[in-house]
Amino acid sequence: MANINAAIEALAQAIIANKEMLTDLDSAIGDADHGINMARGFEAVRAKIAAANPGDDVGAVLKLIGMTLISTVGGASGPLYGTAFLRAAGAAQGKTTVDVEIAAKMLEAAIGGIKDRGKAVRGEKTMLDALEPAYDAFTQGMAEGQSLPACLALATAAAAKGVEYTKTIIATKGRASYLGERSIGHQDPGATSSYILLATLTDFAKANV
Amino acid sequence: MKKVINNAEQVVEEMLQGIVLAHPQYVKRVEGFDVIVRANSPVQGKVALVSGGGSGHEPSHGGYVGRGMLDGAVAGAVFTSPTPDQVYEAVKAVDGGKGVLLVIKNYTGDVMNFDMAAEMADADGIKVAKVVVNDDVAVENSTWTTGRRGIAGTVFVHKIAGAKAEKGADLAEVQKVAEKVIANVRSMGMALSPCTVPAAGKPSFVLAENEVEIGMGIHGEPGTHRETIRTADETAEHLLNKILADIAIKAGDEVAVMVNGLGGTPLMELYVVNRKVAAMLAEKNIKTVKTYVGNYMTSLEMAGFSITVLKLDSELKELLLAPADTPALVQF
Repeated sequence: MANINAAIEALAQAIIANKEMLTDLDSAIGDADHGINMARGFEAVRAKIAAANPGDDVGAVLKLIGMTLISTVGGASGPLYGTAFLRAAGAAQGKTTVDVEIAAKMLEAAIGGIKDRGKAVRGEKTMLDALEPAYDAFTQGMAEGQSLPACLALATAAAAKGVEYTKTIIATKGRASYLGERSIGHQDPGATSSYILLATLTDFAKANV
Repeated sequence: MKKVINNAEQVVEEMLQGIVLAHPQYVKRVEGFDVIVRANSPVQGKVALVSGGGSGHEPSHGGYVGRGMLDGAVAGAVFTSPTPDQVYEAVKAVDGGKGVLLVIKNYTGDVMNFDMAAEMADADGIKVAKVVVNDDVAVENSTWTTGRRGIAGTVFVHKIAGAKAEKGADLAEVQKVAEKVIANVRSMGMALSPCTVPAAGKPSFVLAENEVEIGMGIHGEPGTHRETIRTADETAEHLLNKILADIAIKAGDEVAVMVNGLGGTPLMELYVVNRKVAAMLAEKNIKTVKTYVGNYMTSLEMAGFSITVLKLDSELKELLLAPADTPALVQF
């Protein structure tokens, strides 16, 4: 990727632009704060990166993002996304560019972090329902020898399907779980924000790789 | 949205400033953090209690910081769990050398953030234990939920575990009595009207003029079902029956009762509810030792109430009746 900081700026813009939509999704089945919390976190990420100027070390930038999200987002998304970025940072330590193999390792590490922290598995109406299919599609593209933007595009398409899938299932984790079968018909806000992050990275990679 | 605020982003900060200005004899701020602790913190040689959660539930939890209850309270954004660094600061500020008990309401985010704070404190060598309150019977516990929600019954945990700590008990003993409260406390609520998170600017749900939501959570999360509003007696009976179906309380047993307002309910109506609760318990020959009626665990301006019943044994009774001196709960 051309510049990790430009990529992060794109992620921040996408989350902030979708603040209201994510909050509305959360109103329907949760506690109406997902967009607000994520936007607050990414505003803080922007400020932190501007102030700390961490350079082009992808691992260092992602670590800073993880720590910032943990200390500013709150709710469940803070620990989950924060842990995801910290784990991805570990997989990208010392790198200034990201190729397909490193991206796959980062995605795998991020998903592992979310599973450890949230004690969730696929099929429980969470961000994992977008991210795990995305990872599968990404690694399949990688096995076929496709480029990073192409692999990301495959991952994004799979995440979109995953978001659709969350409409058909009952929430069993998070505050939406208290709704039981009344959660059917609503898409999961966390899966949706994960999709937005992947879609943004895909657009960024297409334009910059 | 019509609210007495200056700026939605500053509500929690300005509230905390207001609390400290109102109650300097009880509390002080941990500078730079959304944490308030007892004015004389850390209390040496006493197990400390820290609770917290999203803001919007006042007087929970800052109102219970004082002798006989909490040592520290952490205020998250409205309806959002505080972050690990904030909880960690509270733990450091109150630890008097005998360890710290974290009292957590059972929500996915709260549990994760407090867990991370406990890991941070452990790494510093501070003894930390935790309990998770899950008193809401509205949603059944099952393998496919994260368990029941923690609501107004949490105040009984603060009261009783706080009294135990004040008597000089060690961390394991304080944790044990907190767990005993959790095992014996049940709550359920209902709402007549929604509330608006300041940063969201609009209500998170809508109820028709004659419609109520039974089992409503304290963040506006939906409950079990909606129905046409009934009389106070019928509604109280429905909630109390759900509670009593969930815990074995027999004739001759002693209980404490809390009829809790969600923020927008007149005290008058809470007393009307309490009349029915008291009558039903008396009819079953269950002895109500102490009753609390008021706003203890609110949900911003939501109209509605919850009922909490705590089954007592001699230890819980003694600790419940022990003195407390806090901004929101004083008893002698």
